[in-house]
Amino acid sequence: MNRYAIWKYLTIAVALLVGGLYTLPNFFGEAPAVQVSSAKPSRPLPTDLPTVVDTALLASGLHPQASSFDPHSFKARFANNDEQLKAKDAIEKALNPNLANPDYVVALNLVSRSPAWLTSLNAFPMYLGLDLRGGVHFMLQVDMQAALTKKAEALGGDLRTAFRENNIRHAGINRNGQSLEVLFHEEATLTSATHMVQDQWPDFTALSSKQGENFLLTLSLKPEAARRVQQQAIKQNITTLHNRINELGVAEPVIQQQGLDRIVVQLPGVQDTAKAKDILGRTATLEVRMVDDSSEAKSAELSANGVVPFGDERFLERSGQAVIVKKQVLLTGENLTDAQPGFDNQTQEAAVHLTLDAKGARIFRDVTRENVGKRMAILLFEKGKGEVVTDPVIRSEIGGGRVQISGRMSTQEANDVALLLRAGSLAAPMEIIEERSIGPSLGAENIAKGFDSVTWGFVGVASFMVIYYLFFGLISSVSLAVNLLLLVALLSMLQATLTLPGMAAMALVLGMAIDANVLINERVREELRSGVSPQAAIHAGYDRAWATILDSNVTTLIAGLALLAFGSGPVRGFAVVHCLGIMTSMFSSVFFSRGLINLWYGRQKKLVSVSIGTVWRPNGDTPTSTKSLGAE
Amino acid sequence: MEFFRIRRDIPFMRHALAFNAVSLITFLAAIFFLFSNGLNLSVEFTGGTLMEVNYPHAVDLEGARKAVQSLGLKDVQVQNFGSSQDILVRLPAIKGGANSSQNDQVFAALKSADPSAELRRTEFVGPQVGDELAIDGLKALAFVVAGIMLYLAIRFEWKFSVAAIVANLHDVIIILGFFAFFQWEFSLPVLAAVLAVLGYSVNESVVIFDRIRENFRRFRKLTTIQVIDNAITSTMSRTIITHGCTQLMVLSMLLFGGPSLHYFALALTIGILFGIYSSVFVAAAIAMWLGIEREDLMKAGSSKGSDPDDPNSGAVV
Repeated sequence: MNRYAIWKYLTIAVALLVGGLYTLPNFFGEAPAVQVSSAKPSRPLPTDLPTVVDTALLASGLHPQASSFDPHSFKARFANNDEQLKAKDAIEKALNPNLANPDYVVALNLVSRSPAWLTSLNAFPMYLGLDLRGGVHFMLQVDMQAALTKKAEALGGDLRTAFRENNIRHAGINRNGQSLEVLFHEEATLTSATHMVQDQWPDFTALSSKQGENFLLTLSLKPEAARRVQQQAIKQNITTLHNRINELGVAEPVIQQQGLDRIVVQLPGVQDTAKAKDILGRTATLEVRMVDDSSEAKSAELSANGVVPFGDERFLERSGQAVIVKKQVLLTGENLTDAQPGFDNQTQEAAVHLTLDAKGARIFRDVTRENVGKRMAILLFEKGKGEVVTDPVIRSEIGGGRVQISGRMSTQEANDVALLLRAGSLAAPMEIIEERSIGPSLGAENIAKGFDSVTWGFVGVASFMVIYYLFFGLISSVSLAVNLLLLVALLSMLQATLTLPGMAAMALVLGMAIDANVLINERVREELRSGVSPQAAIHAGYDRAWATILDSNVTTLIAGLALLAFGSGPVRGFAVVHCLGIMTSMFSSVFFSRGLINLWYGRQKKLVSVSIGTVWRPNGDTPTSTKSLGAE
Repeated sequence: MEFFRIRRDIPFMRHALAFNAVSLITFLAAIFFLFSNGLNLSVEFTGGTLMEVNYPHAVDLEGARKAVQSLGLKDVQVQNFGSSQDILVRLPAIKGGANSSQNDQVFAALKSADPSAELRRTEFVGPQVGDELAIDGLKALAFVVAGIMLYLAIRFEWKFSVAAIVANLHDVIIILGFFAFFQWEFSLPVLAAVLAVLGYSVNESVVIFDRIRENFRRFRKLTTIQVIDNAITSTMSRTIITHGCTQLMVLSMLLFGGPSLHYFALALTIGILFGIYSSVFVAAAIAMWLGIEREDLMKAGSSKGSDPDDPNSGAVV
């Protein structure tokens, strides 16, 4: 009766094999490495990058121990920190000839020393949280109200223009919070204005009311449109943050949306919080200026050190081509409300569609009317350094505030340009509401402390079990070790973030998991005490304990899930490990330990005694050891 | 080895009144301290800035204090942390101010006072986050209570679920009472520990209830009180050993986990100790006061009772 079907043993074998395999990378430790990623987020790395890097490294006499390449990052591993630093310089020099405008982010990183065949199985070491590896964590709150106010303000400008163009006479437009109030003297104009708004701005609801002699039209953003505005605002802010953080040269930054209006930024390995904050909070500005087409300017464009004509400035395009533009600023990023990549309606070429607000549209129409055939430049300023994003030729007068930039552009380039233009300014202001930084030495200490806690706790529990329950205790301890193995494997597989509270949860879950084995062993002893044969006692012990184990694990799991659902930060890290650990413990302490017991005792037809420690009987005066517990 | 050699059932329920009185008194004391002293909430809940600064030598605390005070910030606390070489600086949150730049200023001031200062850790939490965390914590607690009650009501009976939750919530209050009395820092990991303890010590009640159910089925002649006494006596050995093992793990955390895990482990220790007491002595007693009867459980367990594999099914006639 204590036999397992062969498939059960197979399940155990597969679980152990997979568990062992995915736990393995954690034992190899980490080696210093250099990581190369594209400075332009939407652009993958060129496929010949590894050869370029390899030649550069060979030229400076460096030999990476191993390297890996995927479209987003290239990593090369080195023997020591010294080589790593040298390699970083060499790669930097080879890939970024122009340091002011780098194409690639070259960063120091740590990669697993695990062999390539493991990595190819997607087996990675556990992903360590910031409190274990050191780094900075920011939580930023996006001011959504400001984004909505901005939207209402933009509408106000647009309305003024539209009313003028359509000869609708109003007695004033006022912004009241996030809604606009337009006053009319006559009911007829109110009706036509209402129709116009409903036609042209379907995102707004128009509500008319009478105010004394006058008529009031209140425009407010529809809830679904407001939601869309907020979503766009947060997406745009995330993109902008991505661009800025690239500059910091962080190997694996995490930039994620959290909730409706928050962004979490994690920068592993970064120590300088002041600089990080400076970069996160920086505002970039966008400017539209005319390109100087005079012959002096042309010649200055061609030679790197030609004299720039008076009243002009020299800026570089992203390709490195110089452009001479006039100093006079026509438009700024404030007037740009949106930039999206798309296609030209007629030619199907890739294009970027810009939307300007009313003021911007008016200026743009005037400028384009006067400058057909000339070039205009759109510049992005960051840290006081300007760069030409694009410099298209004006083909005709452009009115209405909808501008299309097209020609000689790939879809990829269109994406990049749109992104850069949008990134020109944050859609909504952000504020840092949480900041946490952990020094690398503290991180290493935390790992050691967490590791010690788990190890010594494990040793303590395992030795007690073996002393108290003898062979059954040994089986319980092996199951506990398997539990730990499976838990680590699962964490590595899921790449869930392991934090110090997570390590605490690991220790705690092991302490709780032993409960199932204690229940079983106590139950088996009890059965033996009441005089049942050893085989039947094992069977009954496991069977009866199962219902209790299930119940108690479910209640623990409920607590774990609550922590997972409502917890944030450290609590979440705890809850993930806690929940996973409960799952693995059900497998290891019941299914797996039964397998071992069956394997050992199940085959013996005439089992006379089991090694489970002393089974004391209240009716006999002396305790009977199981060794002497014969068949009665 | 066998620790527990109990000849006959211990009449726990005879002393139920005394046990309940003891828990009531501890419970009331905990509530009293919670209200009179309040919890020493960590920066995560109150909002503010916390900085851990390390020096290669013993710190001149006065010098560090002067350096920080020269910035003109209000209510700044500078104290030793862990060892004489580490200091902890606490700054309260300023409503509407530029909070996040405070720590940079403070560290710059410390650095200029003593260039060997090394920033080990900073933590800044805005006031809006703190309120949210407190609310989320309460939500999690409510979720755990509701979830466990529902599960126990389905698995057993409402009387058991009420008894288990009352017994274990009283553990939670007692842990909080300890934190209030000693003014230990109540942080997010401590909150996690409290909730984990709640889920864990409900286990105890579940194990005993399971036994009560089984005993009702097996020993038809025993009274409810005898059934409960027998259930507690026969599960006691397991209760103590399990808790001992878990405590061994927690002890290891307390010894090796360092200051970051200190209060976490402390909360678990109190929770485990009181968990034994409350689930053994309190939960069953409350269930008894609520008037559990054989019939209550036979309904819930009927499907199991007819299990042909159940070695008991023959015994119950």
